Amino acid sequence: MDEGSALSALVPAGPQAAHIHTLWLVMLAVCALVFAAILGALAIAMRRAPCGDETSEPDTSMIGNDEPAVRRAVTFGIAASAALLITLLVTSIVIERALAQLPLRDALHIRLTGHQWWWEATYDDAKAANVFTTANELHIPVGRPIVLTLEAEDVIHSFWVPNLHGKKDLVPGRTATIAFRADAAGTFRGQCAEFCGYQHANMALMVIAEPPERYERWAAAARTSAPQPLEPLAQRGQQVFLQSTCAMCHTIVGTPANGRRAPDLTHVASRLRIGAGTLHNDPVTLSAWIADPQRIKPGVHMPAHALPSADLQALVAYLGTLK
Amino acid sequence: MTVDTTAGALAPEPGGEASVAELLTPHARRFGGWADAPGVLGWISTIDHKRVGRRFIGTAFGFFVAGGVLAGLMRLQLSRPDSSLIGPDLYNQLFTVHGTSMMFVFAVPMMQAMAVYFVPLMVGARNIAFPRLIAYAYWVYLFGGLMLYSALVLNIGPDAGWFSYTPLAGPQYGVGKRSDFWAQLITFTEVSGLLVAVSVITTVFKLRAPGMTLNRMPLFVWALLVTSFMVVFALPSVMMVSTSLILDRLVGTHFFNPAEGGDALLWQHLFWFFGHPEVYMIFLPGLGFVSMIVPTFARRPVFGYVAIVLSLIATAFLAFGLWVHHMFATNVPELGKSFFTAASMVIAIPTATQLFCWIATLWTGRIVLRTPLLFVLGFFFILVLGGLTGIMLAAVPLDLQLHDTFFVVAHLHYVLIGGAVFPLFGAFYYWFPKVTGRMLDETLGRWNFWLFFVGFNVAFFPMHILGLQGMPRRVYTYAADTGWGPLNLVASLGAVVVVASVLVFVVNVARSCRMGVHAGANPWHASTLEWATDSPPPPGNFHPPLAVARREPLWERAGVSGFVEGLANDPPEALVTTLLDALPHHRLAFPTPTIWPLLAAIATSVLFISSIFTPWAVVWGSIPVAITLIAWFWPSRSETRKHVRLERVS
Repeated sequence: MDEGSALSALVPAGPQAAHIHTLWLVMLAVCALVFAAILGALAIAMRRAPCGDETSEPDTSMIGNDEPAVRRAVTFGIAASAALLITLLVTSIVIERALAQLPLRDALHIRLTGHQWWWEATYDDAKAANVFTTANELHIPVGRPIVLTLEAEDVIHSFWVPNLHGKKDLVPGRTATIAFRADAAGTFRGQCAEFCGYQHANMALMVIAEPPERYERWAAAARTSAPQPLEPLAQRGQQVFLQSTCAMCHTIVGTPANGRRAPDLTHVASRLRIGAGTLHNDPVTLSAWIADPQRIKPGVHMPAHALPSADLQALVAYLGTLK
Repeated sequence: MTVDTTAGALAPEPGGEASVAELLTPHARRFGGWADAPGVLGWISTIDHKRVGRRFIGTAFGFFVAGGVLAGLMRLQLSRPDSSLIGPDLYNQLFTVHGTSMMFVFAVPMMQAMAVYFVPLMVGARNIAFPRLIAYAYWVYLFGGLMLYSALVLNIGPDAGWFSYTPLAGPQYGVGKRSDFWAQLITFTEVSGLLVAVSVITTVFKLRAPGMTLNRMPLFVWALLVTSFMVVFALPSVMMVSTSLILDRLVGTHFFNPAEGGDALLWQHLFWFFGHPEVYMIFLPGLGFVSMIVPTFARRPVFGYVAIVLSLIATAFLAFGLWVHHMFATNVPELGKSFFTAASMVIAIPTATQLFCWIATLWTGRIVLRTPLLFVLGFFFILVLGGLTGIMLAAVPLDLQLHDTFFVVAHLHYVLIGGAVFPLFGAFYYWFPKVTGRMLDETLGRWNFWLFFVGFNVAFFPMHILGLQGMPRRVYTYAADTGWGPLNLVASLGAVVVVASVLVFVVNVARSCRMGVHAGANPWHASTLEWATDSPPPPGNFHPPLAVARREPLWERAGVSGFVEGLANDPPEALVTTLLDALPHHRLAFPTPTIWPLLAAIATSVLFISSIFTPWAVVWGSIPVAITLIAWFWPSRSETRKHVRLERVS
């Protein structure tokens, strides 16, 4: 996790997570009370009943007779349980309604697609030219509702950023939506929450909530094509990228590379992490990742690349220019 | 055949219930057709419910230990962040086989095994109904479990989770034969589970001692009767879904392939329609154990017998109406989810009712604090906590945060270990003297309990917090900067203590088998019929079978009202009674031991396992199955002659 990034259902950073947190507190209080009451009753029973041993004469005097005091106590216990359960049920339904009533005016629409083991995000816009695609990191404006349209490319995944909202599954062949809002700026870690194969553990999604003006700056930059490399090393790196297998799976807008099997790399250098949250994004980890991703993330669909070290260095330099 | 109900001499003296057994056993030195042949032949051909039940229990315990070893390996891997001891490929197999093993080859079979051993004894029957079927069920179960572990050892174990969600387990993403082994294991356990359920239901309905009306049945028998009905209604759903998965994988159907008009969510509906009731199939027998242990160690009949029976039945009905709470994070309609929330919360009421009845029983009783009762007290603590987190998970909004996190791992272990395994260990201590004739050691028993109780809570309580801190289930590793390291280490240390506790139990069993104190027929001075016969019970159980007139036959004057006369031992005969009132109805000749159930089970296993590799196995493999079944049912001339002779005499 990066400095200041958050990952907890107990520290809500938006209205949806806050509603659920309220329900958690109610549940915790009621359940703690019930636990104490039942175990307390058991403890009293054990203390007050006389001790005996196996040969103690069994007491069969109550057979065929009512035990009114005991019956009243048990009935009271059942009635109290029922009343508490109804309270909790009503609270749950009230919170559910509150979740459904998030105002969606002026919402930002993002289509999030789950892949084994990375996330593809397409930011929607009324103007087709403003639509852009990125991967594994969502930037969102603070205070503006977000509507995610969730789809899966291969197997079932689940979107979960605990500080913002609960989960929603991405099921192949179905489309789901989830709406939330971040009310505080921050970096929130999300994680695939439905078992999806080898690298389920390393399928993170960073959500960066930032003030609207900063978000707009980021979005404007994200809409642009990749800058043409100026330095010779980076230029050579671009050639390596386009002439090796990289371009068969990855897209860099502004170059002929437009593979759709793997994360869009148009602005990869601006991301915090690589490998869907697996590694910090710096030249050392990046070259290790390109050289042998299987060692870092066994089972990942990216093959190892036995590039000459000069080529690898150039490639990393080029990717570093993709801000 | 007569039922002698005049035997006033049989009315036990107060506290002298053992005298009933003493009075009856001299009668019983000729076991006739109930006895097995000596040696290996007898061992493989036995259809005595006690021998089959014992090996069923032993095998299920073996799979419990094996599943526990897998859990230990997982805890080892997760005890520190970025651990590279176990890679994702092996880890995924470990947790899949752990879950599959615990649910399908430990928990349900263990509960059914306890039923195979104890239900006939508790209802006063001479053997279980359809005993050859039970022998067959055991062998099929054993071969299925061995297949699962063989696959794991060969590194081709299933790796898509015990729930095997499609499309991950489907033909496109579940490569190799791994998920096929999972699906065929389900077939094995279904066959076995259904057969045991049918036998238990029939035993309870038709083989009860005369006079044991439905409302005089021990509560464990009720619990297993209800469980068996749940098995009969729930298993067809998983049978259908696992067969569809095999068909998708083996012959290219598209039940779960959205690209061809199938539906990935269909899997989840059908699986959980079985999967949720399955939790209660494990839990209700646990409640049954508690209902037997509490009255014995409170020295009084249980308070609220009828309420407990109705609670069991209500739980069984409600259990079929909660499956969607496993799917709250999918896009099933929101309004529908609320009904499942309500149902999931309502099911707490029957359980609460039983808890209150037991507390009332202890409150008004005289406490005998022995190991079985200790485990019941541990059950209270753990189950109540697990039940309450279950109520949290029933609420849709909260479930969205907690679903598929370590919070759920904690919850399900609190419910299943607290609700089923603790009572099961209590039951081991309670009935071990009946099965072996010797007591388990009480000091080791206390060590066993306290290590288990403390270790369990240390291992699983931190997982609640981990889940809230965002740790998802089924991850083979996690980064150090998530901050999950320390609590995971605590959990792993707790697991070590649990392992120590199970070792203490194994040592206790091994020691007590050889040098435990002799138990006698009824060491706890308990009230139910299984304590009226020798420990261990002779072949044929009761010589002669008893007639009962009370709910606590060994505690009440005139509880045992007489015995059944005129039943032959060769061929082995039993009395069939009517369903509601257990009035004598007719005489039934039981089948005799035979090796054909074993051979049929081998043929069946060959069919099941080969069909993982080719659909033609279903065609050619059915021929040996047919042959063995025909041989199994082929009437024997000598037996027929015996029956005819007996009919002429009577």
